[in-house]
Amino acid sequence: MRVQEAAFSPDQLQRSLPAAGAVVTFTGNVRDVGAGGAVDALQLEHYAGMTEHSLQAIAEEAAARWVLTAAHVVHRVGRLDAGEAIVWVGVCAAHRAEAFAACEFIMDALKTRAPFWKKEHGPQGARWVDARASDVARAQRWQLTRTGDANGSPGG
Amino acid sequence: MLRVLFFARLREQLGCESLELASEPGIDSLAALRAALSERGPVWKEALADANLLAAVNQSLAEPGTPLVSGDEVAFFPPVTGG
Repeated sequence: MRVQEAAFSPDQLQRSLPAAGAVVTFTGNVRDVGAGGAVDALQLEHYAGMTEHSLQAIAEEAAARWVLTAAHVVHRVGRLDAGEAIVWVGVCAAHRAEAFAACEFIMDALKTRAPFWKKEHGPQGARWVDARASDVARAQRWQLTRTGDANGSPGG
Repeated sequence: MLRVLFFARLREQLGCESLELASEPGIDSLAALRAALSERGPVWKEALADANLLAAVNQSLAEPGTPLVSGDEVAFFPPVTGG
């Protein structure tokens, strides 16, 4: 788990993962448009300390739920320009079902539980990003399914 | 003594990043602390009335009934928007 101000290279992070039958990675980038209009940059605030604990707990939950050989998360804080990578998740497992499911679970949990807050900066000024009900719904799906049910993937 | 932190939009609304409160017998839960902070003024009352606010005790997400003891670190913040 890493929380850092510095930019990172998703390619380089992927190369750092151990060899595995299945490798699933996710990269989230800063969009150039938000609910309030054009976005030039984001300011990412976080709760130092709790952020790291929270990401660690999420990765441990994933490792308890699926058989994984690696689960890594890198998240940036501070100022990011549109187009820059903000979050990266890399999961390794023997087979794809576990790797896909765990990667999605980690992102859904991070979106609703890890204490980060985005403020968009654009031509209209600055505004805090509102949490989305759809993110909460996505995260709740994982509470309805347990390992063993269709590879632990959310139903519906 | 309780250490209380505020983040993001809530921090800006309150104009307060952190404060320390002497432990008082009545402030024995997260809900009691929130009620006590709401008495600090109209801005506090309005901001802390937001039903969507989340809270953490000692860096773990917590519920209104979570008990508090001296030395705890408590944080209030809006729903998170990382990723």
